[in-house]
This record gives sequence, C-alpha cells and structure tokens, in this order.
Amino acid sequence: MRVSEQSLLSPTGADLVFALFGLVAIVSAVMVVSTKQIVHAGLWLAVSLGSLAGCYLVMSADFVAWMQLLIYVGAVVVLLLFGMMLTRAPIGPSEDLTGKNRAAALFGSVGITGVLAVLVVDAYGSTMMNVDEPVGTGSVIGEAMFRYWVLPFEALSVLLLAALIGAIAISKPRQGTK
Amino acid sequence: MHLSLPLLLSVALFGIGSYGLLVRRNLILVLMSVELMLNAANVSLVAFDVFWADVLRAGQSLAIFVITIAAAEIGLGLAILLLLYRSRGTIAVDEAIELRESVYDDEPGQATPRTSA
Repeated sequence: MRVSEQSLLSPTGADLVFALFGLVAIVSAVMVVSTKQIVHAGLWLAVSLGSLAGCYLVMSADFVAWMQLLIYVGAVVVLLLFGMMLTRAPIGPSEDLTGKNRAAALFGSVGITGVLAVLVVDAYGSTMMNVDEPVGTGSVIGEAMFRYWVLPFEALSVLLLAALIGAIAISKPRQGTK
Repeated sequence: MHLSLPLLLSVALFGIGSYGLLVRRNLILVLMSVELMLNAANVSLVAFDVFWADVLRAGQSLAIFVITIAAAEIGLGLAILLLLYRSRGTIAVDEAIELRESVYDDEPGQATPRTSA
C-alpha cells in the first residue's frame, strides 16, 4: 500500500488507459440495458465484460483478467446466447423488452449512482494505488488461493457440482406433467 | 494510478445494472443486468486488493470466487428460465405473477382474488 495523494485532475498514463477501457465498458453496458434487439444485448455484454478484463490488466490483476475472459466472455455470454436461441428470442427489434416503469427505474438507479459516486470521490478522490508491482500473476494468486483460501475453494467446487446437478434436475422433463 | 477511477467505474456499472434489472421484462436481459452488477462488485474488489496489497490477496481471491458463483448462477438461472418457457411459452417477468400479492382488483393475470382478512 502506498498512500500518496494526487489530484484526480492530473491523470497518469495508467489512468488514461484505464479510463479508455472503462469508457468502453460503460457505453457498452448502457447498450446492454437499452438496446431493442435482444441478441445485440448479448453481444454488447461480451464487449463490456471484455473491456473490463482490460481494466483488470491495467490494475495489474492479470489472473483475474484471464479468468474474466475465459469464464464471462467465453462461457457466460455463450450460455446466454443459447438461452435466447432456446426461448426463440425475436431476431429483429422488439418493443416489449422494456417495461413501463422506465422513469422510476431511471430515478432510482441515477440516485444510487450519484450518491455512491459522490461518496467515492469524497473518500478516495486523490488517493493513488501502486500498479507497478506484480500482485496479480498466476503464481501469486495460486499461492494465496491454495495457502489461505483452500476451504472456500473446495466448498465452491461442491457448490458448482450442486448447481450442475440442480440444473439437470430442473430441466429434466417430469413424468405425468406435459 | 488513482484509486477512485476503478471505484467510479464500479459505481457506474452498478447503477446501469440496477436500471436494467428494474426496467427489463425479458428474463435473459434481467440476468445480463445481474451480471453487470456482479462485475461492478468485482471491479471494486480487485481495486481495493491492489490498493491494500495484503498477503491474503483477499480481494482478487474473492473476485475469482464471485466469477465462479456467477457461472453457477447463470447455469441455474437458464435452467429455471427454460422451465418457465416450456410451461408458459413466455419469459416476460411481469407475466409470472401468480404468487404475487394482488395489488389491483382488475389485474389481468390475477389467479386468486384477495380475500378480506
């Protein structure tokens, strides 16, 4: 940890690269929640999650970045696209993807964002973090994971197995119904 | 690098995700908004981990755990979604309201009217 202060208005090089990736992530996230074509929402989600992986790389969290690319962009988005295919999602633009409470939702989410953003800038507005040291390589994360986080790791493997079996049990057609 | 930039990105993603969660009708798009909110949590976890740089690597380890749980959540969510689609032919979240407490008297999808308790 290095507590050095520098105004938010004097960016460093890493700041600029991070802001570029972050801007792509935010714009494509807005497209995810506002586009009228459901397949485009899935593809914009891939763009958003991929540029978040770039953000992790700038923050020197290499391993999390590759996990993000593998699991989110590789698996989750593909699963969501499969879900669209299996529920016969409309290909063209459709107007009924969005409910009627848009103004209330906008009010609520802009309120949350505004309060949290003011809080963050007030608390950490000029705090700097050190992104030059290798704090997120595979060896560092692997050592932490298998030295301090073994029990949660194993519990998580059981959870994944349970989720897998649960998904199979839910989607198996039952006798008698239909 | 400033700490507040990843935190601001996290805040913005959380707000966008909560907007999508509130406004979308299609269950797949609701799941996508949940993914955005989980990623917002991940960004701030990683940012604080790099900031504190402790020996446990708590933030990055928890971020990896969150990614794993998100994968499990998507798997189960899609199974439930397909079951809903098979039994009803639609995945609009405002049409699966049988278990909801009835608010309006002239609700179109209302299964049982509210009894005067």
